[in-house]
Amino acid sequence: MTLPFVLDFTLRTVAIGAAVLGIVSGTLGTYAVLRGQSLLGDAISHAALPGIAVAFLLTGVRSPVVLVLGAAAAGWIGALLVLQISKQTRIPYDASLGLVLSVFFGFGMVLLTFIQRLPSGNQAGLDTFLFGQAAALLPRDVVVMSVLGLIAISATILLWKELKLLAFDREFGASIGLPMRALDVTLTSLLVFAIVIGLQTVGVVLMSAILIAPAAAARQWSDRLGRIVLLAALFGAAAGVTGAVISASTPRLPTGPTIVLCAGAIMLVSLLAAPRRGLLAAHVRSRRSHRNLRELGVLEDMYTLARHHEDPLHPHPAVVLRTMTSGPESVQPGLRGLERRGWARRVDGDLWALTDSGLESAHAEFAAPVAGEAPGVRSLHGGRR
Amino acid sequence: MPQLEIQIIAVVTALACALPGAFLVLRRVSMLSDAISHAILPGIVLAFFLTEDLNSPLLILGAAVTGVITAGLIEALNRTGRVREDAAIGLVFPVLFSIGVILIARYAGGVHLDIDAVLLGELAFAPFDRIVIGGRDLGPKALWVMGSVLLVNTAFITTLYKELKLSTFDPPLAAALGFSPVLLHYLLMGAVSVTAVGAFDAVGSILVVALVVGPPATAYLLTDSLARLLLLSAAIGTLAALVGYWASHLADASIAGSMATVVGIFFFLAYLFAPQQGVIAAIRRARGHRRRFAQQMLLVHLLHHEDTPEASRECQPEHLQEHLRWNEEIAGIAIKSSLRDRLVVSRGGLLHLTSEGREIAREAMVA
Repeated sequence: MTLPFVLDFTLRTVAIGAAVLGIVSGTLGTYAVLRGQSLLGDAISHAALPGIAVAFLLTGVRSPVVLVLGAAAAGWIGALLVLQISKQTRIPYDASLGLVLSVFFGFGMVLLTFIQRLPSGNQAGLDTFLFGQAAALLPRDVVVMSVLGLIAISATILLWKELKLLAFDREFGASIGLPMRALDVTLTSLLVFAIVIGLQTVGVVLMSAILIAPAAAARQWSDRLGRIVLLAALFGAAAGVTGAVISASTPRLPTGPTIVLCAGAIMLVSLLAAPRRGLLAAHVRSRRSHRNLRELGVLEDMYTLARHHEDPLHPHPAVVLRTMTSGPESVQPGLRGLERRGWARRVDGDLWALTDSGLESAHAEFAAPVAGEAPGVRSLHGGRR
Repeated sequence: MPQLEIQIIAVVTALACALPGAFLVLRRVSMLSDAISHAILPGIVLAFFLTEDLNSPLLILGAAVTGVITAGLIEALNRTGRVREDAAIGLVFPVLFSIGVILIARYAGGVHLDIDAVLLGELAFAPFDRIVIGGRDLGPKALWVMGSVLLVNTAFITTLYKELKLSTFDPPLAAALGFSPVLLHYLLMGAVSVTAVGAFDAVGSILVVALVVGPPATAYLLTDSLARLLLLSAAIGTLAALVGYWASHLADASIAGSMATVVGIFFFLAYLFAPQQGVIAAIRRARGHRRRFAQQMLLVHLLHHEDTPEASRECQPEHLQEHLRWNEEIAGIAIKSSLRDRLVVSRGGLLHLTSEGREIAREAMVA
């Protein structure tokens, strides 16, 4: 591990590339995740392979612009085929995804074997698209990535309202005259942009995670589209840069998988620790409400006893409370909870009494409905007195 | 000899994939095959670290367990209610695959455990990895592995055919009758895992997806019966394997790749030409509806004006365009098809209903 990598030119290139990739795929991944099209990205990234091969076969050059355009064209065709097949036939959406991704990828493999046998013959560079090779990113690659990314992000901002409608209420959008079909195609095209930007860095197989993880993580922190998109871009960039730096400073640690694991870690932390939707918060909430309910149940029973007794603060044995409920095992912890709140006190051994503040709370909590529900009890009580 | 063996391995693999694949497609969980075929990588690697033997059957076991764990993780993530199922799939398998890749890169550098091979496989080398016991050559290892997988899958589907069928088409009823849909789901995932593990060595994980999803999806366009779907999937898979092999032989290209391509071509043909579900059939059906409707409108129109003073005007072919606000094309279709079906005759520039035409017009009006 060497520290002065801030000045390292290659690492800086890789880190900037990974950041661009993270920002763009975080942004567009949000829409894919919200629209239930998370796996479309997987299909697009696999479908891009034959496009890369064809672009190389046609032009014979390994320029990033040409290859990225080829990838985008093929990915785009693949995405439209998926949507078309599942719309026109009874083949389910997920089956058409699997079909398109494997068939396009297989065809890409066939083309790659052709390229291997060409006299010009260096396939080197093309197969980096399979697994990604962030370390091989050159400044010119990063320039292409940034330009494409800028286009994609600007389009997202310009079409903000329209895309929001597309994601949440397509029918309403159509009813106010927006061209929803065209917007759908536009958004899919932007997704294709985001994917081809990432292919060279993380590769075909892992691209879908870079698209989904930041977005799914961001979703846990907010219910507002704007915040989700911003957070997803931030998470994506964080995962990209962290992964690139860790993998560059550790021997034999491939970049793409490291970035994916960073994104996965962000996702896991968000899933657990996000304030409202997070699983921990939900667990705490449900425990608290469970405890609350238990204490209120015991309080209600004590209140019932108190109302039938001349001195409402007269102590009663816990065993009586236990006979009054269907969950006798919750009486003891409930009493202890009430004691902590200062609503009940242990008089002696198994004897418990309400305190003044306990009586007051119980009255506020239970008096009204009980009074309306069972006036007879009260009058009987009064009559006896 | 190696050529024949490659083809046999390819066919057996295609058959082993198509059987569970049919249920995956019908249950709308096709992408789990993609997820599982990638996610088994860390299982294979860990089992390899334990046994230090690439030929150990423990590798297959390890991978199969990982496959089922993958399905379980996806299900658990989905059940938190925080992540949709498709996003859960797309999160789990790349993470597991990444772990596998990193394990290989860091700890298995020198060994022949190549990520390229995992993804793409190389069927051409399969015949050279043979099982030799006591000096006797028992044939290629891949054939034994895939043959066993095919046997397991066939046994699984024939014994649990009725249960699988019911839980695929009517899960609530299956649950009510006491077939655990969860158990069946995981058994199916286990079958997919075993298939993916057996096949990745020979054909790679991507072709597994092509063979699992492609033939059943193609067959699904051709039949409505589950039994026929299974048989057709098997047949289509076999054919794709053979055609793919010979195509790759002629073009000297990747075998797995051309098999996947042929699967795609078969699907595309069915997509276009399937008698009921195909796109062309759908277009023809729509045209037929339009033609029949136009014909009925014409007959009703003629019936309405028959023997009335305006008949000489209303029953001119040219007038129809104006009166029914039809464009020339639809009017032409209606008149031509009605004349051909002898529902209408043309006399003196006017259209007259025949008795059959009158009958149809009356029926259409009643309906």
